[in-house]
Amino acid sequence: MSSTPSSYQPPTKVGRIAEFVDQRTGLSSVAREFGRKVFPDHWSFMFGEVALYCFIVLLMSGTFLTFFFNPSMADTTYQGAYVPLRGMDMSVAYQSSLNISFEIRGGLFMRQLHHWAALLFVAAMSVHMLRVFFTGAFRKPREMNWVIGGVLLILGMAAGFTGYSLPDDLLSGNGLRIIDGVVMAIPVIGTWISMFLFGGEFPGTAIVGRLYVMHILLIPAMILGLVALHLMFVVLQKHTQYPGPGRNDRNVVGYPLGPVYAAKAGGFFFIVFGVLAAMAAAFTINPIWNYGPYDPSPVSAGTQPDWYIGWVDGALRLMPGVIGDIGGYRQHFEFVIFNQTLSLNILLPALVPAIIVFTVLFTYPWIERWITRDDREHHVLDRPRNAPTRTAIGMAGFTFYCVMWAAASSDLIATHFHVSLNDVTYWLRALFFVGPIIAFTVTKRIAIGLQRKDREIALHGRETGRIVRLPHGEFIEVHAPLDEYKLYKLVAFEAPLPLPAQPNAKGVVNRSERRRAKLSKWFFEDRVAPVSPAELEAAHAHAHHEAIESAPTGSGH
Amino acid sequence: MGNPSDGAPQHGGTVATAGQSGGAFEDPGIPPHRLRLSDTDPKAAKRAERQVTALFIISVIGTVVFLVSYFAIDLGPTSTVDTIRTQNLLLGFGTAFAMLGIGTGIVHWAKSLMPDHEVSEARHELRSEEDRQAAVKIVDDIIEETGIKRRPLIRNTLIGALALAPLPALAVFGDLGPNATDMLRHTMWAPNAQTGKKVRLTRDPDGTPIRAADVTIGSAFHVIPEGLNDLKENKNNEKAKAVVLLMRLNPEDLHVSPGRESWNYNGIVAYSKICTHVGCPVALYEQQTHHLLCPCHQSTFDLTHECQVIFGPASRPLPQLPIEVDSDGYLVASSDFHEPVGPSYWEREYS
Repeated sequence: MSSTPSSYQPPTKVGRIAEFVDQRTGLSSVAREFGRKVFPDHWSFMFGEVALYCFIVLLMSGTFLTFFFNPSMADTTYQGAYVPLRGMDMSVAYQSSLNISFEIRGGLFMRQLHHWAALLFVAAMSVHMLRVFFTGAFRKPREMNWVIGGVLLILGMAAGFTGYSLPDDLLSGNGLRIIDGVVMAIPVIGTWISMFLFGGEFPGTAIVGRLYVMHILLIPAMILGLVALHLMFVVLQKHTQYPGPGRNDRNVVGYPLGPVYAAKAGGFFFIVFGVLAAMAAAFTINPIWNYGPYDPSPVSAGTQPDWYIGWVDGALRLMPGVIGDIGGYRQHFEFVIFNQTLSLNILLPALVPAIIVFTVLFTYPWIERWITRDDREHHVLDRPRNAPTRTAIGMAGFTFYCVMWAAASSDLIATHFHVSLNDVTYWLRALFFVGPIIAFTVTKRIAIGLQRKDREIALHGRETGRIVRLPHGEFIEVHAPLDEYKLYKLVAFEAPLPLPAQPNAKGVVNRSERRRAKLSKWFFEDRVAPVSPAELEAAHAHAHHEAIESAPTGSGH
Repeated sequence: MGNPSDGAPQHGGTVATAGQSGGAFEDPGIPPHRLRLSDTDPKAAKRAERQVTALFIISVIGTVVFLVSYFAIDLGPTSTVDTIRTQNLLLGFGTAFAMLGIGTGIVHWAKSLMPDHEVSEARHELRSEEDRQAAVKIVDDIIEETGIKRRPLIRNTLIGALALAPLPALAVFGDLGPNATDMLRHTMWAPNAQTGKKVRLTRDPDGTPIRAADVTIGSAFHVIPEGLNDLKENKNNEKAKAVVLLMRLNPEDLHVSPGRESWNYNGIVAYSKICTHVGCPVALYEQQTHHLLCPCHQSTFDLTHECQVIFGPASRPLPQLPIEVDSDGYLVASSDFHEPVGPSYWEREYS
């Protein structure tokens, strides 16, 4: 804020421009702050980047599509380039989607690029969230960013579904019909919401225009805002890092933003774009011209939603509508109470799994914080095996999701593997309940097994494959000790003990605290402690061991 | 009990309690930096430089391919599918190479030629106690200056005004759709209110009437009401409620419940095609088993038992359309459906 002009004279043209801007904005402080900011590097940190870059590709290809798409449901007769559909009655929305595909140069490419990018966008977000969950990156201070991520996932699914419905083809029209059926099942206000959404009876002439506004304005604006917030948090809190030598909760180890990290991340955008472009070039996605315009009467066999809606559709398929004949009456899940119809056969599968998944997802950071009473900041990630119970919970949830997802393809599973459709459904119904329990148990055992293996390696070194014969005839395999860096990676983790119930400020152990203590026991009971220096010392002092390690190479030959 | 250091389970799965008490290992720090080939060998560095350049040139070629195929191939109302496919491939792979060339080039540059020393930076506290105290004081002062605590009348009326202000928005939203009236209950199958003329069953989609004599045992027709194709407005709305499946079975195979004896004609039955689950068209007819299957969620209806649900998520049978034959021998609907078709809704029983 000095009134005397700076005597600095930039030597280059770019420098003069920078100086001009800087004198008026003070942006040099930003360059100073961020130019060499350190980012940890790991392949698993790229999923979030993939999602971000997919979103940028979506914005670009989507903008192109809006120039040509016409979201009108007015009737028209097709006279365009695609011969099999000529002379057919259809909506203007469907006609303009066909025009984009067949008569606008690059239109088909942009449509396919947009659709592939959307599929990958949700996939990348999902895998990113799995990574964050399994490494414990959601812990303090990042709980809020985890919640923002969850909201982004829901918005991504909403963006996908609203976009999927725009071309007004047969497949997407049946998708909307299903949504309408689910909405109508909502007690009290369902019928009204359906009328509100469709501007009258299904399908009406309003829905595509309304979905269009949501798809190109409301939802992308929300995603953009939350992505900005999400990244702001990452900068503010700095990125997490995997455990290892030289890394702790007070530092961040990695590459400086400029030049190497920026080059890698920036280059990666072009790679994601390039891969999506190759997919759009070579692989057909959503060939709407094969489905035909929406008509309430026909439907094609083997209908599938886009993958991210599959779990909800699968849940709808799994629910039995009729239990069977009991006492001569058919028992079903649709109840008429005081003349009001309650369709639990639709409501339960449409709402309950989604409520369970998202409630657990959004509250998990606080649940774990409450059970463990861990209020410290965590910047070093957990290796999944070192938090066996959390990893097992995650796998149980993942299995729950996947069973429903598989159910969305129950008919295709049946036809491809030549098994009975009914049997596929019965098995998946059983797995819906049993699968998560099996997954929890198996995962926890595997994680603990891996921890034991780590202990083994830390204590006795790695197997070298060299077999040595001792003077008295015994054969043993030589184990090589680890260097201090590899050893540190295997021993530097925490394995807390269950925390018994603690009295509160009044000295009372209340019921919720007793419940917490029980959960803490469940969470930490099965534990494998990291190797301590004393243990390593003891292992090394083992005379037997010493003999092996000092055995000359090749003495056994 | 196993050796305490071998990782075998003890005390109900707990292993080695010594871990916590024996102290922790000292952090050896970041491992020593390993030089890359391109750091030590100028030839390797030169080679990497050439590779990066080649990748950038591939990108240029990709862009040229895109532009050439964009301008050389024109599309229009007469373009064939082959032309479109060729152009899509060229545009797509042109873009792919243009982008991958830049992307892999930059990443290769970064990995082989830019310095790859890992550096450590200290994390800062997310907030300082000093800031917190200052902020609390400022907020307290602001609240004090507004006087909102001392003047509850202002506060309460403001809350009231703010609570009411969004109501106009709700009212505007209310106009998006009409209220649920009894329209879901009525379809085009109802006989004409003035003349009492009954509606003929016609083929979907061409609308030609169906003569009862043409319906052989085992056959199935997709049916729409006569006059649907002449509608200028709401055609899809009406069609979404009125589509019907017509099938003829051996009359002995039909189990007809009391009150429905006159709803079929010589084993010809008509049922709503809209699934009672969430509304997909129940389009698959298994001729041998007399089952109707919905391809969306696999609800299965038994045609011989008045379309009762035998599998899948639907709870209610498909509504039956009562049919008869008019004086010309064509099939007509005796009346509208006796219940609303399609998915259930709250007011289904009375609206």
